[in-house]
Amino acid sequence: MSNRIDVKKTYKLFINGAFPRTESGRTYEVKNAKGAFIAHPCLASRKDLKDAVVAARAAQAGWNKASAYNKGQILYRIAEMLEGRRAQFVDEIVNVTGVTKAKAEKEVTDSVDRLVWYAGWTDKISSLSGALNPVAGPYYNFTIPESMGVIAAIAPETPSLLGLIDAIAPIIVGGNTVIVLASTKAPLSAMSFAEVIATSDVPAGVINILTGKKDEIAPWMASHMDIDGFDISGLSAKKHAELKTVATENLKRVYSFNSADPARILAFMENKTVWHPIGL
Amino acid sequence: MEEKLSFEYAPAPESRAIVSIKPKYGHFIGGKFISGNKHFPTINPATEEVLSRIALGGKADVDAAVKAARQAYTTTWSKMSGKERGKYLFRIARIMQERSREFAVLETLDNGKPIRESRDVDVPLAAAHFFYHAGWADKLEYAGLGTTPKPHGVAGQIIPWNFPLLMLAWKVAPALAAGNTVVLKPAETTSLTALLFAEVCQQAELPAGVVNIVTGDGSTGALIVNHPGIDKIAFTGSTEVGKLIARAVAPTNKSVTLELGGKAANIIFEDAAIDEAVEGIVNGIFFNQGHVCCAGSRLILQESVADEVLQKLKYRMATIRVGDPMDKNTDLGAINSKEQLLKIRELTAAGDSEGAERWSAPCDLPGKGFWFAPTIFTGVTQAHRIAREEIFGPVLSVLTFRTPQEAIDKANNTPFGLSAGIWSEKGSKVLWATQQLRAGVIWANTFNKFDPTSPFGGYKESGWGREGGRHGLSAYLKGVSHE
Repeated sequence: MSNRIDVKKTYKLFINGAFPRTESGRTYEVKNAKGAFIAHPCLASRKDLKDAVVAARAAQAGWNKASAYNKGQILYRIAEMLEGRRAQFVDEIVNVTGVTKAKAEKEVTDSVDRLVWYAGWTDKISSLSGALNPVAGPYYNFTIPESMGVIAAIAPETPSLLGLIDAIAPIIVGGNTVIVLASTKAPLSAMSFAEVIATSDVPAGVINILTGKKDEIAPWMASHMDIDGFDISGLSAKKHAELKTVATENLKRVYSFNSADPARILAFMENKTVWHPIGL
Repeated sequence: MEEKLSFEYAPAPESRAIVSIKPKYGHFIGGKFISGNKHFPTINPATEEVLSRIALGGKADVDAAVKAARQAYTTTWSKMSGKERGKYLFRIARIMQERSREFAVLETLDNGKPIRESRDVDVPLAAAHFFYHAGWADKLEYAGLGTTPKPHGVAGQIIPWNFPLLMLAWKVAPALAAGNTVVLKPAETTSLTALLFAEVCQQAELPAGVVNIVTGDGSTGALIVNHPGIDKIAFTGSTEVGKLIARAVAPTNKSVTLELGGKAANIIFEDAAIDEAVEGIVNGIFFNQGHVCCAGSRLILQESVADEVLQKLKYRMATIRVGDPMDKNTDLGAINSKEQLLKIRELTAAGDSEGAERWSAPCDLPGKGFWFAPTIFTGVTQAHRIAREEIFGPVLSVLTFRTPQEAIDKANNTPFGLSAGIWSEKGSKVLWATQQLRAGVIWANTFNKFDPTSPFGGYKESGWGREGGRHGLSAYLKGVSHE
């Protein structure tokens, strides 16, 4: 046993359902808590982001069209797949961050449970926020929340898995597609989570995951004209002003959150009001 | 079919005796009218008659208004129960109803819109907005923002000239119901009804400083946007200015809502009730001289019915009565300002030079004032400026399509996303198109309908947030929601 050489994993990006290396050829080094080398994840480039946006835009109409029931089952399926690979995620979190096994187990448990929680929202969010409006005239008038489109998100540095799930799940619950930048220091669980997604019937392009530097990628996300919304929860507050300013070029909706809440789903949905006359 | 129809109407002018316009106005700050320093004329755009002189608000005025609003917020308004706040709003709604004819006449004189519209649309809807929001004031914990939603504090509100009193109501009513105090700046060319509203606030005995009105131009607006004592900005106007405001506010903690421009598609499917659709097209683009952010300014016609619709549309357009806004028979009034008239002329000239074909309804335009005949352009392509830019006038760009998907693609091919229209007698097709269109308000087999209970606002570059209904109210509250 002890003579066996481990088969180590190459950590790549996750774009359009595939696992490409960065087109830039750039990587960076991730070490464990004791300073030993673990992996060379990709330093995603602006071109990688553009590719991810193209994939996310192409996937959006189809994902939006999927029934709420179907979307809920797919989110639940992600939870099922993650549950089955708990041990791997616990090992990766312990290895990279140096936390105790008990703490890592709690994060993975919370992650699975959080996905289950979000899965149940897909077919309830419109009754929470929709309305039948009693206008003063012979019109049927209603308001419903709809997907906003393509949303970018910056996941927090820690917790690297639970934070990533809070960045992804509320966005896709609303029928959007997402490009998320994973934790820079602890990207392993994000890239392993991509493998979970790849086996969960999530259509290609709905979830795209990049690794790299926040200071490089966040401004590219903020200025991209085909990104409709931007979750900057994973960035320190002092970076918010600059990114919000850049994002005004296409009046991108930019928000940050500190908890899992239905408001987090609704933030990246648009309210559509429809009028139709009533009469013979 | 294109010959001028002769519908002769005897003049039916509304009397202006009900309004008394002062030669000069100041600002309304801390419950009192304060005289201004510099003044500029406000004119009747239908005659170019100078109606009055309006104060140009400067830094000292905005500072004083913000201070008064803050004081009213801290000492009075935030401490008052919702039940009592609501009663003030009910009072305001009632006084607006009582003085409705006065408001309508004043609005028409200052804005140039037909008295029929100010009387039947602007003023009753403005009163309805106050009545609706009055009832929210003691029910905020049911607004879906947690059990203890809080107001922002002082709201700075900047409104446009196309529906001066109605836009004031859209801004002030929800702000006050939610417990905020306000500093409002009406548009440079249309301040008079806001100043009359200040009088209503006095008659309603609204506590001093809860509503403050500072008149002025864009420089006054910028002072409000950049004022550190303001917690929330609400703006209705162009996307260009909206982006400047968004940029100015981005580094601050101010909350922002924006109702911006549009280039709405009005889609006519071949199975539409054509005569009704023609009425809807006319209402969509010629209501309020086309000075409507949600105007149906791009007519998207199915090829198989295009000739029939255009023939009927031209026939109908020839019956539009253009002229004296104070005449109760007038359909299309004056363009609000010379500046706006020049912008309409510039964009329509671009329509000519880019190869679209212009047709204007035959009509006699008055010699004085600012006027533009109802106009359509056919042969418009998606690249033309008149298909992409907001004209904000009585000008319709006509495009055609063959398949429903092509109609949707053309409709959505714009950075705007405020509104859209659909005309079809087939229910499933209407609902399908409703789902596909990327716009915040969809009018199906109707157009340009508004109601205080009905959320209004845009997708994409048409703005942030909604106005009206529970969704609009939430813009004036801080809950457990996102920032």
